Amino acid sequence: MRTIWTIAKREYDNYFNSPLAYVVAFSIVLPVGIYFSLIMYVSAQQSMMGGPPPDSTPINWLFVFLMIFLSPALTMRLLSDEARMGTLELLLTAPVRDFELVAGKFLGAFLFVLTIALFTLIFPIIINNFVTPGIDWKVIIASYIGLVLVCGALLALGTGISAIFTNQFAAFFVTFGLFFFLWFMVNLPANYLQQGGDVYNYLSLSQHFSSMNRGTIALGDIVYYISLIALGLFAGTTAIEIRRWR
Amino acid sequence: MIKVSGLTKDYGARRAINNLKFDAQQGEIVGFLGPNGAGKTTTMRILTGYMPPTDGEAIVAGYDVVEESLEVRKRVGYLPETVPLYTDMTAFDYLKFMGELRHIPNVDDRVEEVLDMVGLIDRADGYIGNLSKGMRQRIGLAQALLHRPEVLILDEPTIGLDPGQVVEVRELIREIGKERTVLLSTHLLNEAQNICDRVLIINKGKIVAEDTTENLQARLIGAERAVLRVRGESDDDLVKTIRAIKGVQAVETKDDGMVEFEFASGKDVRPEVAKQVIKSGYDLLELRPIGMSLEEIFLELTGSDSKNK
Ligand SMILES: Nc1ncnc2c1ncn2[C@@H]1O[C@H](COP(=O)(O)OP(=O)(O)OP(=O)(O)O)[C@@H](O)[C@H]1O
Ligand SMILES: [Mg+2]
Repeated sequence: MRTIWTIAKREYDNYFNSPLAYVVAFSIVLPVGIYFSLIMYVSAQQSMMGGPPPDSTPINWLFVFLMIFLSPALTMRLLSDEARMGTLELLLTAPVRDFELVAGKFLGAFLFVLTIALFTLIFPIIINNFVTPGIDWKVIIASYIGLVLVCGALLALGTGISAIFTNQFAAFFVTFGLFFFLWFMVNLPANYLQQGGDVYNYLSLSQHFSSMNRGTIALGDIVYYISLIALGLFAGTTAIEIRRWR
Repeated sequence: MIKVSGLTKDYGARRAINNLKFDAQQGEIVGFLGPNGAGKTTTMRILTGYMPPTDGEAIVAGYDVVEESLEVRKRVGYLPETVPLYTDMTAFDYLKFMGELRHIPNVDDRVEEVLDMVGLIDRADGYIGNLSKGMRQRIGLAQALLHRPEVLILDEPTIGLDPGQVVEVRELIREIGKERTVLLSTHLLNEAQNICDRVLIINKGKIVAEDTTENLQARLIGAERAVLRVRGESDDDLVKTIRAIKGVQAVETKDDGMVEFEFASGKDVRPEVAKQVIKSGYDLLELRPIGMSLEEIFLELTGSDSKNK
């Protein structure tokens, strides 16, 4: 655990020295902030006219949507760059288990995204202070749990894919392709099938997130995301092991 | 302590090392000598737990490199050939990170200690990317020493260092080698002679000789050689004159005008050669022994003929 933490800490600090990580952070925070302002404006008017209470969950929807495109940039070089620079030889000859290496890298990226997510928490807090009777915190909490889980799944898969490649751009495109598929495409067959469409819906990243974002936390959703995290870490560990045997 | 037997590694269809058997005791510095592609790095990577062998067994610091890889890695310090470093970190932060991975207590103090040992304490807060090649080499060495490893494996530790640093690093290795086991690879015979108690010569994945440096030299130098130069052309008469001297085994004119001759070791014919050459009316400008180069030792040991290349 201590080793995982050491690796995660270095990776986390690394993001704060990386221009790309700042670009990613701003590309999330800025659109989310603008979107937030719009919601503020609309709901302020609505509540004046006695409309429904403001809903801040679309903010998290946008966050996750942007993560589909941007998170591959955060994970692409996590392990591919170690292989390219040869520093993998240092890590693999230090007393570090292959799993600890992959998990540490994942945790570093995850903590960085959590930092961004923590930052966006000010938006619902502001909305809450501006409107009466305030917002439904149960929905917000469910939405954020969903956000954390979906980000975890994306980053774990990205970390795993990064372990397969030596070229970070190859890792980027494969990761992005996978996310695009899991978000937009995997549930398409469900629209045409009479039976068995549920399986395709179950595989879809967006389907699971949308129900959580509405405030319902189902065990199935949690299991789905935890499974993806486990899959990503397992794939990464296996890729490192295969590297050794080659 | 290192104990290797039957060690074999295939990269796909290519056999990089073949059935290696050797050992190294505590307090011993063993040199791994061989030409490019001999399999030195491959062997070291197996011993450090970086990759498993295709076949065979290796025990390092009392643990099996495959079965108990993590235990081995705790006890081994390794300087990889390519000296991989995080160039975007400072020397101090980098060593601290590696130290934390190894759970070293009081890691800050220890990092300063090893930086001092390699003479880079004044560069502690500089980025590794801004260090010269030789300095990076020494940071790599500092990393290998960090956790006071029982076994030290150094892949070409003095390559890229200036002469002063070579002397210092060799001194450091010699000091460490008094209590620990050191395996180092090199292309330089004189380096092996200088610091190693014992030398393994490896060629094409096989150990072709294993002995103390003194024995190896004595065994190899069955014949000694020397070259001489005279004023003007070295003509056939000169060659004939030298060849006629008792004890001279082979005479050959080189392209640069030098004449090379061989004689049995212990039966130095040089004074006689000098006398005869002068007596025949030549002006002797130069007469000196030539040592055997590493390549020639390989030729001797492997029986291959790379002169035709
Ligand atoms: N990762 C690899 N994949 C495939 N073949 C490899 C790999 N690494 C080394 N080899 C091959 O294994 C053989 C031994 O290489 P190795 O690097 O162990 O030699 P070396 O003795 O360290 O040489 P040098 O003195 O040049 O460092 C070479 O034929 C090399 O081409
Ligand atoms: Mg090598």
